[in-house]
Amino acid sequence: MKRSVQDFLAPPSEVARRRGPEDQIVLSSRVRLARNLAGCPFPGTSRKDQRQGVLDTIRPAVESLPLMRDGFATAMDELSALDKTILVERHLISREHAARNVGSGLVLSKDESVCVMINEEDHLRMQALLPGFQIKQAWKIIDAVDTEIEGSLNYAFSPTLGFLTACPTNLGTAIRVSAMLHLPGLVLSDQINAIIQSVNKLGLAVRGLYGEGTEALGNIFQVSNQMTLGEAESSIIERLEKVLKQIIHHEQNARETLLERSPKTVYNHIGRAYGVLANAHSISSKETMNLLSFMRLGLELGVFPGVERAVVDELFMVTQPAHLQRLKGGGRLSGEERDVLRADMLRQQLKDVKRPAMIVPPARQDDGSDKNT
Amino acid sequence: MLCCVCKEREATVHLTQIAGEHIQKVDLCEECAKEKGVNDPAAFSLADLLLGLGASQEVERASGDQESACPVCGFTHSDFKKTGRLGCPACYDHFSDGLTALLKSMHKGVRHMGKVPARFKQRKQAIDTTDRLKTLQRDLAKAIEQEKFEWAAELRDEIKALSAGQPGSEPAS
Repeated sequence: MKRSVQDFLAPPSEVARRRGPEDQIVLSSRVRLARNLAGCPFPGTSRKDQRQGVLDTIRPAVESLPLMRDGFATAMDELSALDKTILVERHLISREHAARNVGSGLVLSKDESVCVMINEEDHLRMQALLPGFQIKQAWKIIDAVDTEIEGSLNYAFSPTLGFLTACPTNLGTAIRVSAMLHLPGLVLSDQINAIIQSVNKLGLAVRGLYGEGTEALGNIFQVSNQMTLGEAESSIIERLEKVLKQIIHHEQNARETLLERSPKTVYNHIGRAYGVLANAHSISSKETMNLLSFMRLGLELGVFPGVERAVVDELFMVTQPAHLQRLKGGGRLSGEERDVLRADMLRQQLKDVKRPAMIVPPARQDDGSDKNT
Repeated sequence: MLCCVCKEREATVHLTQIAGEHIQKVDLCEECAKEKGVNDPAAFSLADLLLGLGASQEVERASGDQESACPVCGFTHSDFKKTGRLGCPACYDHFSDGLTALLKSMHKGVRHMGKVPARFKQRKQAIDTTDRLKTLQRDLAKAIEQEKFEWAAELRDEIKALSAGQPGSEPAS
């Protein structure tokens, strides 16, 4: 029998332990390329048989890549609704792709770092997703994948306009470089809107947890390039990297300043988050995300000694609706049932986590040493 | 007039920005204006806002008066207006007139500067060389007209070097 995607995916405890540089603030880095086949209508306008034809051309080309050895490949109509939502919650596919069925497909590498969606908005959408701040590395990986498959596929390419995409906003390099950032310091200190506005001014987009049009739950923001034409991939990546470094720096500063000037505000958020998460008997996914964010902040500030950060990162993942449902054997759960189950799980997972040890530091004495760490 | 972001409330904030020969207009309701940070004119660029809007007015303009369908996929301007997507790769050729303004409004430039698949490398290079030659010729004419002979000599050398590498277009000198 064919392995199911749920069996294929690494267990959440393992995923939560994947580490990368700067991962206290940068949760993950992603580079996505869009490609289309010459002479075929884009998925949005093509008939079922045309889409199937495109899938039958692309899927073997992708599956035969050495990188995809021992990977997972499937047609979208072979996945259950639960499978698809789990993939969305893992950020492996887009919501748009989850809505697709016959004629669309998915190929995933063994370590889940490379994921190829076939017949999403474009014929081919491939992404490299890495933990922490590694956008250059992600680009290297996906660039190599692209170079390898361009030999066996006839891409729709114009020497003047670049890679032709269904939406003109992706035209040219058809690259989307993004990073998922955890920014509780900037949110608590009310600086986030100013940051978003200045990032927007640089032609970059700031979005919520699940991309376009979604809310910033859990103080998590996605920053990505918006323009794809008129600039080389390398300069897009460099610009984003520069901006990300700035944001990381601002977040670190915001955390330090908050602790110095208003430690009670910070500890209040962390303490309440712990209180509710460890004791609630019914809790929504949204509230969970927002509170887990403050627990994560607490862990980084060292107020939960002996607790691994992966505990919180795993909870971010497994308290999402589809992951919860899977625990219950995939049976349908009502919203209320899920909220109860989620709270049960949180109490269980946090039962050994001791109350946060937060001592307001005495007013800092300036010893004249001005060293930045 | 309705706000062009939420398309629900009455627009009370009207903005016009002129960049070069390009005029962009946006009509917003108070709430969306606040959300987009329009109240702080120093920190605000209309182009970015338009970008986020999918440049609806540009789409409108791009749709223009041609009503012919793409010969390959049958996609029409009104389809484009409705979905904001094109039908097939050939649409970029068919709708190219209207698209240029739209692309200008949403991207850094209108010319691909990035990766080129191996099988297109030669063609891309040839096109780039032709374009570069055109610019050089124009500059050369200007240089001669302005009697800047040193510059003209440099340009002539560059043209020579470039044309030499191009098959079938030996310089006429």
